[in-house]
Amino acid sequence: MPNTIRLDPSEKKLICEGEWTLAHTKELKSKINQVNLPSGHIKIDGSRINQMDSAGVWLLLSFIKLHPEHKFELLNFNEKAVQLIKLIEKQKVEDKKIRKPKKLSTIANIGKSAYEQAKEFVEFLAFTGFLFIEFLRNLRKPQKFRWNELASILYSAGYQALPIVGLLSFLIGVVIAYQMGIQLRTFGANIFIVNLLGLSILREFGPLITAIMVAGRTGSSFTAQLGIMKINQEIDALNTLGVTPAELLLLPRIVALTIALPMLTIWADAFGVLGGMVMAQNMFNITFADFLQRFQQEIPIRNLIIGLGKTPIFALIISSVGCFEGMRVFGSAESIGRNTTRSVVLGIFFIIVADALFSILFSYLKL
Amino acid sequence: MKNEKSEPIIEIKNLTTKLGGDTIHENLNMTVYKGEVVAIVGGSGSGKTTLLRQMLNLIKPSSGSIKIFGIDITKAKYEELLAIQQRWGVLFQQSALFSSLTVLENTAFPLIEHTTLDKKTLKKLSLLKILLAGLPEESANKYPSELSGGMVKRAGVARAIAMDPELLFLDEPTSGLDPVNAASFDELILDLTSTMGLTVVMVTHDLDSLWHVADRVAFLGEGKVLAIAPMVELMKNPHPLIQEFFNGPRGKVAQKGYEDDGH
Repeated sequence: MPNTIRLDPSEKKLICEGEWTLAHTKELKSKINQVNLPSGHIKIDGSRINQMDSAGVWLLLSFIKLHPEHKFELLNFNEKAVQLIKLIEKQKVEDKKIRKPKKLSTIANIGKSAYEQAKEFVEFLAFTGFLFIEFLRNLRKPQKFRWNELASILYSAGYQALPIVGLLSFLIGVVIAYQMGIQLRTFGANIFIVNLLGLSILREFGPLITAIMVAGRTGSSFTAQLGIMKINQEIDALNTLGVTPAELLLLPRIVALTIALPMLTIWADAFGVLGGMVMAQNMFNITFADFLQRFQQEIPIRNLIIGLGKTPIFALIISSVGCFEGMRVFGSAESIGRNTTRSVVLGIFFIIVADALFSILFSYLKL
Repeated sequence: MKNEKSEPIIEIKNLTTKLGGDTIHENLNMTVYKGEVVAIVGGSGSGKTTLLRQMLNLIKPSSGSIKIFGIDITKAKYEELLAIQQRWGVLFQQSALFSSLTVLENTAFPLIEHTTLDKKTLKKLSLLKILLAGLPEESANKYPSELSGGMVKRAGVARAIAMDPELLFLDEPTSGLDPVNAASFDELILDLTSTMGLTVVMVTHDLDSLWHVADRVAFLGEGKVLAIAPMVELMKNPHPLIQEFFNGPRGKVAQKGYEDDGH
């Protein structure tokens, strides 16, 4: 039997046939829309319906509702269908009450996002202040500090990052030496490769590349970990158990990264210089011994210290942004993704801003 | 109870499950007939949830067969499984609503995936299911995180019945609900079962639900279905595990409440 609805004009009767189910709603809908109703009292016969589910009932009822000028009478529907019809008749399916979120104009959107950015920045400042106070509070009870947490973060954020940081720094060293070497060769100033490499890697590339890698690697993991904990209410649980999330989760992360990042930077410096050294030998036949001797003479220790001096600041930026975005996760899985992205983007953004500020400061101080 | 001799919807035969060296089920047999509400109970670790997950094909059993609508889902092909999946609805314990979608979008999800209806029809049909699940219309545009525990459950039901399923699985439907909400949730399940002609399999600990909603109760223990019978009969079963489970102080209270209701 085909699934259909047809009119018997002599009796003013609509005859429903076949399967009135979700799977056939589409074809039934087009059929029901083609029906031309005669005026007056109309009967609807359900005796030839094999199966009827809520979609079918809804279709029929919305058809009836669409023609308030007629009087309809339902005939020969089986007991189950009648029950279902009664149930669905009671529900007032109207989507008027569902308000769509208002769409803002472009200018309003710009304003809104500017306001939200500013608000987030203020919240971030409040968060760092809160962390500082928690830090002071914890300083008074150093015996309660979470050394185990600290050690495990040091291991995952520091030790486990050694291979990738070493490899990338080595490659950066190779690339810089090659590019500088080409320029220096035209001036016949080959040996100055040592000065240039030493300065650029120790002062800028080592700290910056390491910080950016750590922001991508560790900042994102902080956000994701804390975000999941927030959604699972683990953060709430900690608060009720008399352990602040700051002392158990946030401070160990921040302290650990502040220790790990300078150490990783030394490691990166060493591999960067090694990479440059290998390239210098290949391009200019400067032996390792010559390179290292000249390196010692020409590069003041000051450069290493300046480079390393920036890293605790970078570490604070990465860890506090990572933790902040993690603690801001709210509600949905989507929010974790969004905040993790923000954590990396903002982390790297602030690292570069801070680095630029350092450069201005150092040039002012003539360092 | 409905028709005892009617067609079987779920047939589990000689099911054996071993997880990480532990034997969870050993030669478990169970049949669920069309139109009945079967509750699965048992102590902690008796493998209720594992059994449910196996019926949903989320875990494969070590041996044995699970036939749903006459097809062994442990060996079913992708297309066969897809056809079955469109005929069942599942309410998970935590509802498992998609957190990035609104209640309306959650309910419309299976309809969008498996039907070719136009947008307006989709919306109306999903809204109908939301209302049938006992949620107010205003909740349709809310996200799961904005709903209370009871409403999340109801939203889960709305998604589970979106496709007008013939078979409904409920994992601890009343856990985490207050007594009033739990009772009205029981009513909801009964209503939907009778009007939509559903067959229901539920895992529950709620003694009141067992008395009021379930036609038959399957008691899991020692890796088997120790008994499957209406509550009144199950209470008379002499097996020590069953007696311990139902004849505690809470069991007595629930039974009394049922009898006082005039049954």
